[in-house]
This record gives sequence, C-alpha cells and structure tokens, in this order.
Amino acid sequence: MVNLNVKIGDLVLQNPVMTASGTYGYGPEFDDFVDNNKLGGIFVKGTTLEHREGNNYPRMAETPSGMLNAVGLQNKGVDYFCKEIYPVIRHYNTHIFVNVSGSKVDDYVKTAERVGDLEDIPGIELNISCPNVKEGGMAFGTSCSAASEVIKAVRKVYKKTLIVKLSPNVTDITQFAQIAENEGAEAISLINTLLGIAIDAKKQKPVLSTITGGLSGPAIKPVALRMVWQCAKTVKIPIIGMGGIMNATDAIEFMLAGATAVQVGTANFIDPAVTMKIIDGLNSYCIEHNIKDINDIVGLIIKKS
Amino acid sequence: MKQIQDFNVLKNRRLNADHYILELQSKHPIEDVCPGQFVQIEIPDSKTTFLRRPLSVHFYDKSKNMLSLYVRIVGEGTKYLGMVNENDTLNLVYPLGNKFTLVNKKKVLLVGGGSGIAPLLLLASELQKSGNEVVILLGARTADGLLEINTFEKYGKVVTTTNDGSAGVKGLVIDHPVMKDQNKFDFVYTCGPDVMMKAVGEWAKNLNIQCEVSLENTMACGIGACLCCIQKTVRGNLCVCTDGPVFNFNDVVW
Repeated sequence: MVNLNVKIGDLVLQNPVMTASGTYGYGPEFDDFVDNNKLGGIFVKGTTLEHREGNNYPRMAETPSGMLNAVGLQNKGVDYFCKEIYPVIRHYNTHIFVNVSGSKVDDYVKTAERVGDLEDIPGIELNISCPNVKEGGMAFGTSCSAASEVIKAVRKVYKKTLIVKLSPNVTDITQFAQIAENEGAEAISLINTLLGIAIDAKKQKPVLSTITGGLSGPAIKPVALRMVWQCAKTVKIPIIGMGGIMNATDAIEFMLAGATAVQVGTANFIDPAVTMKIIDGLNSYCIEHNIKDINDIVGLIIKKS
Repeated sequence: MKQIQDFNVLKNRRLNADHYILELQSKHPIEDVCPGQFVQIEIPDSKTTFLRRPLSVHFYDKSKNMLSLYVRIVGEGTKYLGMVNENDTLNLVYPLGNKFTLVNKKKVLLVGGGSGIAPLLLLASELQKSGNEVVILLGARTADGLLEINTFEKYGKVVTTTNDGSAGVKGLVIDHPVMKDQNKFDFVYTCGPDVMMKAVGEWAKNLNIQCEVSLENTMACGIGACLCCIQKTVRGNLCVCTDGPVFNFNDVVW
C-alpha cells in the first residue's frame, strides 16, 4: 500500500490531487464523469462579496498548448454561495476550499468571514492574483505592501486553513511566498495564470474583449515548475503547485519541484475525468519506483542538488 | 447522463470545399440525444489545437449507436477533423446542452443559414414524428451553399433562398414568401449567423410567434465550469453550453 495522504496545515488530504478554481465550477458539473469523493480537494469558483457579471464575450482564446481566459470572476456572490451552493456540495467526502477574491481589503475580509462560518468548508484560497479584473485581484498580488495588508487582514478574521494563491506576473515570486508565510498563511498555491494577449490577424483586433487575459495549460508548465521550485527553497509552508498539469507525470514533476499537492485546471476541459486518471497514475508511479509514501518525493530535486 | 465515449468513423463525407458530415458509430450503447444538443469532440493528432470543439448533433440513430455531425471548416480544429478516415477513433463528451422545445401537431418553421443547419435535421425529424407540419427554410449565399436539401425533404417541405438567386428565391431568408404569410406558424426555430437569427426572431416577435434560437459561442469546457461561452440575456450572463445552446429569442440581449 502506497501512502498518498498529504498535509496542508492541519488538513489531511486523501491524495495530492485537487481541482483548480475557475476550471471546475463547484464540483457537481463533473459528477457524471468523476467521483468527487475521491479527490484530494476541490477549489470552487472565485467568490466575491457581491454578485459579479464578469467580462464581456469573447472571454476565451485558444493558444498554442493552452488558452487565454478573461472571465473576470463571474459569480453570484458569497451569500448565494452560502445559501444555494454550499448545501449541495458540503457532503462531498473531500475538502472544499472557497477561492476568495475582491476589489478592496474589506471585501476579502467580509467574504472570508462569511465562508468561515460554514462548517464544512475547512479552508479558503485567497485569490490575490486574478489578472482579469480592473480593481483588486492581481493588484494585491503584485505589490508587496498590498499583499501583506490583505493577508494580514484576512488572517485576523479567518481561523481555518488559509492558502494564498500567488501571481506569476511579478519579478520575484519568492517575495510574495515569504509574505504569505510571514503573515501566517498555512500554504501557498501557485501559479495563477500568466498575463497574455491573443490577436486575430485577419480582423486586426485582439481576440478577447478585455484585450489581455490569463494564460493556462501546458504552455505555462515550465514557468510554473520553476516558480514552485523557487518558492519551495524559500518557505517552509506547503506549496500547492499548478500550471499545465495534464497527467500524472506532470503532477509528479510539480511534487519533485517542491509541491506537496497539486491543482489540476485547464486539463478538466479536455478530459473531464482527468483527475481520476492522475490519482491512479500517482499510485502507479509510487509502486513502480518503490515509493511507500508520496511525501518522500516532495522537493526531491532540491534535496538532490 | 453525460459520457466520455469513443466512436469510430463510419463515413467522412465531403459536401463542398468547406463542409463535411462525419457519421460516427460506437461499439457500445449510446446516450439519448435531444434535438439542439451538442458534443465536444477531441481533435486527433492536431499539432496546433488544444481544446475540444463543440459540434451540434446533426442526426442520430440510437438503435445503431450512431450519430452524425455536420461540420463547417472554420479553423485549424475543424480542418484537422475533416481529415479523419473511416475506422479512425474519435472521442466525444456528450450529450451536452439543453434542447429545442418539441411541440405537437403544430405548424412549425425551421430557418437555417450556413452551418446553422447542423442541429435542424434531428429537430425536423422529431417534429415530424410528433405530427407537426414542418416547413424548412434554408438560406445560403449561392446554390453551392445549399446542402443536404434531399435529406431535409424527408422531414418536411423545404424552401430555399440564395443571396445571388442561383437557387431558390433570391435574397435573404427573411425575404422568402413563407415569411409573408402571417399567422401561418405556431413555432419558429432558427440557427445560423447572428444577423439572420435576429431578423427571424424580430419577425416572429412582431407576429407573436414563439421563436427559439441556437447559439454558437466559443467554448472551452462545454459543461458549465469555465464560464467562457457566456451570452448576455435578460437573466444576466448565461452559459451557452449549459443554459443553452437553445434560447428563447426574447431572452437574448443581442
């Protein structure tokens, strides 16, 4: 028997495979394809204090080995989540994390407080890295002082597992990893999408209504691996790695670079059952390599160098 | 229930320079498919595309585990897909989306333009089965663009328009005499270019005829997770993939 359990703060995940916010809805969207109870965790759609309509169409552009999105945090607000969605998903036998976003520090705080009251939500992911909103979002994740301020404020009111999702659109991501650790976050997750543009040469116009969007998919995997590796050398808190994970081998690579767990995002669009295959693949990898505990491979390339 | 299922290519039938029909069959029983629903198809061996492509189900035969897709080449994905050979395997996520409202024993008009005829064949066959009088109005720029007319004729009276008058009535679908005959229809279904659906919808609205449109926005997931394919409606931004692709004309903010 291989041990696939990993720990994020005080939470024990039954395996390291979780789903990335914004790519998995709230979970039930995938019920026909997967057994959500088998996941290490589900990170639900970015949630804000108030209802948000998101950006105009077009919001998506396919790009080489990836895609750009500019959804802009469309969601019905935290009250709707608590009343209508939470009762439906709370009974999944997996950890459900709410991705919390906002335009002002106070929005983050209030949203975190509301979610903190939900018994079956053991943690939140503080989204200070959404590139697709005009105010807030990435602004908090690309300024050290703003990041520090929002994490500190949320930490004060939120007592359960606090994960901070970092933006790759910075010169030195390790500074932000350090800030999250210093302000008392239990873990960091990275990377959010990379800011990009797609242009339609025929129409001589940008494809997205917002011009810029967030790049995801295998195109960003080497950048994500590098950033996970850098952060793993900088902080002691666990890292949840993501960015272009399409299969178990990709997930293993993130763990070798220093991630304790992973999130699978864009791959869910191409194979809605991919997470189950990745869990099975992690198990097979450990058997093949005679690994009894998957924690043994976390950060192995750092230990070896 | 939605499935991820492999299908074999029975036939890849080229209709003209940029249209083809894929006839697919599975070795295993297939799910029920309703008119208006679509599949997300994986593009095999493509070096330049990444996501699946959403395609309306053109026709299906549950007893033979078969379904067909009517495809217009609009980019790299549909170009690669058009190169598949008989017996190749294609992976589908289906059935996706909502469905057209099926009425009984009414007079119905189906209006299709360009690749918009894709979901209308299965719709016409189901409407005919439930005792409706079906009129199918198909429009194209030129005669070469009027495809599958004989197939549609099995399920209703087919009338056509072309912009240049090379076949059928010269002009746009909205110019066809069937559209002049007021109060003739109880229900109108349309799929095609936005400008056409809008014209048909406005016409129906003025005559107080119910009208459903099938929309085609670019999608990533097809199952309501990514929120990329949204359409502005009177109820806010809705997903074309799960709240649609079929919408009541009056709900859409054009």
